[in-house]
Amino acid sequence: MRTDDLVAALAADAAPVDNARAERRFRDRLLWGPAIAIVLMLLLLGPRPDLAEAMRLPMFWLKAGLPASVAAACWLLLYRLGHPGARLGRSPAAALAPLALVSLAGALVLWNAAPAERESLLFGQTWRDCLVNVTILALPALALALLALRGLAPTRLALAGAAAGLFAGAAGAFAYAFHCPELEVPFLGAWYVAGMLMPAVVGALLGRRLLRW
Amino acid sequence: MPAWTMGSPVALAVATDRRHRMDAEERANAIEQRLRAQFVAALDGDAASYRAFLSALGAHLRAFLRRRMAQWPDDVEDLVQETLLAIHDHRHTYRREQPLTAWVHTIARYKLIDHLRARARHEALNDPLDEELELFARSDTEAAEARRDLQQMLQVLPERQRRALMLVKLAGASVAETARATGQSEAAVKVGVHRGIKALAARFRSGT
Repeated sequence: MRTDDLVAALAADAAPVDNARAERRFRDRLLWGPAIAIVLMLLLLGPRPDLAEAMRLPMFWLKAGLPASVAAACWLLLYRLGHPGARLGRSPAAALAPLALVSLAGALVLWNAAPAERESLLFGQTWRDCLVNVTILALPALALALLALRGLAPTRLALAGAAAGLFAGAAGAFAYAFHCPELEVPFLGAWYVAGMLMPAVVGALLGRRLLRW
Repeated sequence: MPAWTMGSPVALAVATDRRHRMDAEERANAIEQRLRAQFVAALDGDAASYRAFLSALGAHLRAFLRRRMAQWPDDVEDLVQETLLAIHDHRHTYRREQPLTAWVHTIARYKLIDHLRARARHEALNDPLDEELELFARSDTEAAEARRDLQQMLQVLPERQRRALMLVKLAGASVAETARATGQSEAAVKVGVHRGIKALAARFRSGT
């Protein structure tokens, strides 16, 4: 095809473009991820029996607030990654800072703890469940976040995939926090962080293939 | 600037260079203004503006891509069309408060790197010179031979160095673009290019 013909064909296709519709679709696809993660948690795992009591503890809110802040920062990052030419600014750092902070705090707590207590502070009773469940709860959110990106135009595919995965991991960790019985900072700093980073790695690998356009 | 350099050839060259740069900047700004006005009208549904925008943009893309694809002149027009199509399909991701140049440039660069990557994969599997071409490309012999020599020489390099060298030195991609295309860090690309050139130079001197 000659380029002039292509230009004519595309120009004939001109119609008012509704940016707001695309933005709404992006928002909806992202919102469904955490919603599905919470429903899955309620159906498959159930909330912890003493949830009402636990919710009075500040530590519970740190546990839920950590993934919530990561998810919020990832939202902005995903939006920017999906719009060509938008500067990322500090949004990648904002998404990773909560993870770094809580891991650092966990390491400090371990450092100061009596050697005999360290193992139970770090591993708790349920570290394997935490990794597995956060990842499983994150999967639908990962698919939806990748779909949300496909509705935009990401040009840094691995990074965009990683951001989608981190967002999904945060959604999974947030939902899991309502089931999880652990309340120690080293546990959060190790297993919640690892549980959020695993979907990010998966997302980076998937992004290279699935986000091409 | 020290007084003794005033009017010297150096000062003159510096001043001329600066003037050229400013001219280019002003021109780019004027083009940005015009294209953006046309594009915004097109986003509101004006087909005539859209057509004018796309033809002008096609010309800019052609120049941009031709410079970066000197090795594959036959692919330039395909890539111009592919980029125009991508811009059309993703025009809902343009935000009106944003410079149009940044948006278009990011998309064009993405399409270019995607193409170069596919090309590199293809050439790794296929001999770039088939017999037919060699038979009929009489007037082109010298250029073709030079390219084949280069390809052969590049074969001696390790994969990572070769790809970095091809993208940066032959295709004209920037270090950052190459890093993204090959999944290496920018530092690794720089080191790869540097070592690749040194290795080639050493080979060339020893005549093997």
